[in-house]
Amino acid sequence: MTETRLLLGDEAVALGALHAGLKGVYAYPGTPSTEITEFIQKSEAASAAGIHCTWSTNEKTAMEEALGMSYAGCRSMVCMKHVGMNVAADAFVNAAMTGVNGGLVIVAADDPSMHSSQNEQDSRFYGKFAMIPMLEPSTQQEAYEMTGYAFDLSEKEKLPVLLRLTTRLAHSRAAVSVQPGPDSTVRLPAAKDPSSWVLLPGNARKRNDYLTSVQTHLSDIASFSPFTFITGEKDGADTGIIASGTGWNYVMENGAAETGFPVLKIGQYPLPEQKIKEFAASCDNVLVVEDGQPFIEEQVRAIAGSGTRVLGKLTGNLPRTGELNPDSVGKALGKEPVQFYAKPQNIVPRPPALCQGCGHRDVYIALNKVLASYPDARVFADIGCYTLGALPPFCAIDSCVDMGASITMAKGAADAGLYPAVAVIGDSTFTHSGMTGLLDAVNDRSNITVVISDNLTTAMTGGQDSAGTNKFEAICLALGVEPAHVRVVVPLQKNMAEITAVIREEIDYNGVSVIIPRRECMQTLSRKKNKTK
Amino acid sequence: MKYDIILAGVGGQGILSIATIIADAAVNAGLQIKQAEVHGMSQRGGEVESGLRLSDTAIYSDLLPAGSAEMILSMEPMEALRYLPFLSRDGYVITSTAPFRNIPDYPEDAVKKDLEILPHVVGIDIETLARENSMPKSANMILLGAAARHIGILTPEHLKESIARIFGRKGRQIVETNLRAFDMGYAKI
Ligand SMILES: Cc1ncc(C[n+]2csc(CCOP(=O)(O)OP(=O)(O)O)c2C)c(N)n1
Repeated sequence: MTETRLLLGDEAVALGALHAGLKGVYAYPGTPSTEITEFIQKSEAASAAGIHCTWSTNEKTAMEEALGMSYAGCRSMVCMKHVGMNVAADAFVNAAMTGVNGGLVIVAADDPSMHSSQNEQDSRFYGKFAMIPMLEPSTQQEAYEMTGYAFDLSEKEKLPVLLRLTTRLAHSRAAVSVQPGPDSTVRLPAAKDPSSWVLLPGNARKRNDYLTSVQTHLSDIASFSPFTFITGEKDGADTGIIASGTGWNYVMENGAAETGFPVLKIGQYPLPEQKIKEFAASCDNVLVVEDGQPFIEEQVRAIAGSGTRVLGKLTGNLPRTGELNPDSVGKALGKEPVQFYAKPQNIVPRPPALCQGCGHRDVYIALNKVLASYPDARVFADIGCYTLGALPPFCAIDSCVDMGASITMAKGAADAGLYPAVAVIGDSTFTHSGMTGLLDAVNDRSNITVVISDNLTTAMTGGQDSAGTNKFEAICLALGVEPAHVRVVVPLQKNMAEITAVIREEIDYNGVSVIIPRRECMQTLSRKKNKTK
Repeated sequence: MKYDIILAGVGGQGILSIATIIADAAVNAGLQIKQAEVHGMSQRGGEVESGLRLSDTAIYSDLLPAGSAEMILSMEPMEALRYLPFLSRDGYVITSTAPFRNIPDYPEDAVKKDLEILPHVVGIDIETLARENSMPKSANMILLGAAARHIGILTPEHLKESIARIFGRKGRQIVETNLRAFDMGYAKI
């Protein structure tokens, strides 16, 4: 029975997976991917079916756990934001080498324009790098349908499948017509072929030959995929358009099909080379419209014959950075955007800020107080709400690079003689990828002061459970930090004298110290209060 | 027929609830919809915006083109102005008049002037109304009520049904307060 549901792109993926007989989702939160897992966590049907949906410690553990579930014969899904792919990359690329048993779908949500991210990396390069099939939906409906299709494809080709989303699809809602699937999860016999799963060089070489040998086949099936199709009149046009994902939406919004441009929609990769070759041969110019980096465009340059001019981001027809929009794509199609009212000059930006009453505020007030007497001090911070300490009135941090880099960069700087080298890291970021760096520092007796600002949650992404809650002192001690130098404080204005004294003592100590200011996030606290009302 | 709306405000002001209700009403009225939200970083007291597109034919883009919005509906006056490039020639700006001052040097006089010169603008002090009528959490529904007369593609009944449905989980009293807020906004225009 079909029904209509109003769904975010993320939620459409989640429901598509549930309707395809998913057994488990493994994920670490990250905008714009978080709502996929949260949808499954809130689903009563999923909980009744015993579907795994608790958060993993990071994207790599998530990827490997999902691979294990696939090995055991069930369908599993891994979700992350684009930079999570960097963390999961080792497991991801090698899962293409082992191949899969139960269907394995990896969802990577890219963030062109960096609404909530450090970079604009395009996950499709990872799919090509690992040589696996990839799908890229344009609409919420496709996001739903492609997810089920992805599981079938994964089991048929015995390879992981990458599903690529972008912020605009992930975080936009539309009506989706859905078809509840089997009531039970899919279960195949567990794998037991060590020649595929033990990647010793002798086995791996064979797997590599196999993976390489199926590339033409994978490109051929993309040509005949239900998600690859042409609209508009094909013959006689001098300019054709090749578009994927949200880029295709903007092409259609501008009425491309009605105004006579033939449009080849790409929904599946490796690119359908044959189809592209034929399409390009019928046009003098091909405009490539894709959100992200010029991934299709570069390949179309190689595929199209010399008689076709390939236009896009590399030729300046479309902006090279930032997400596309209906106006930038309209412009590339020769339309001038209409604007009736300009933005008044007096409008000032309203940047995000730490909440009133947030414990991170007290941590930065204390740090700034103490570090005022150490002009050479540097604060290596990390990713989370506390990154907002970079903005006024605090201006308290000197770096923020990737999750975990606070402790390790502080260590490297201390190795070079920088003093005081202070690291500020959140609780969830610490368990995500701060623990291993702390072990390095302990083993070298590096002179660093680590502040684990513990608000008992993963706040930045909306308050998910944090893997290390109640375990931080034990973790630090177990990693070898001296008990006298694991200090817990409560970040409140009234404790300022104590907190600043503790920070000063630990900066003066020559070795690894960990200070844990601990107080619950204001957001999760008020949500809890509302619930019990 | 299509109807594009920009919803604007400051993180935490409740623009996503307005969006949810309009979207729900649209689906129940058999319309196509696209509603682009902003999650994540910008919710911490920063500027937030949601584009809502309603139509009886297919909608392709999740994002609004410039100059296309029939309405800018804003919980905050300066935030209403931020999205003016999206407003269509005859579009309406319907906004709360109460500034949200969480930044230094809020340009209060300039904001007032810039709003006044627009051809179709409705300012309404929803914060005061909400406070005086002891419905502090329903300012956003007063604003929605004020907008309802102009959102021609949906009837006020569609919107009220959705208020009842969406707030239904929170109990009867909350539904009633929000319906009262809606009616109050509707009567103001
Ligand atoms: C590799 C990677 N995964 C996920 C994210 C998204 N992300 C940014 S900060 C954050 C969590 C921060 O939680 P915590 O360290 O506890 O700090 P809080 O926000 O609670 O202050 C997440 C999940 C990211 N930026 N990079």
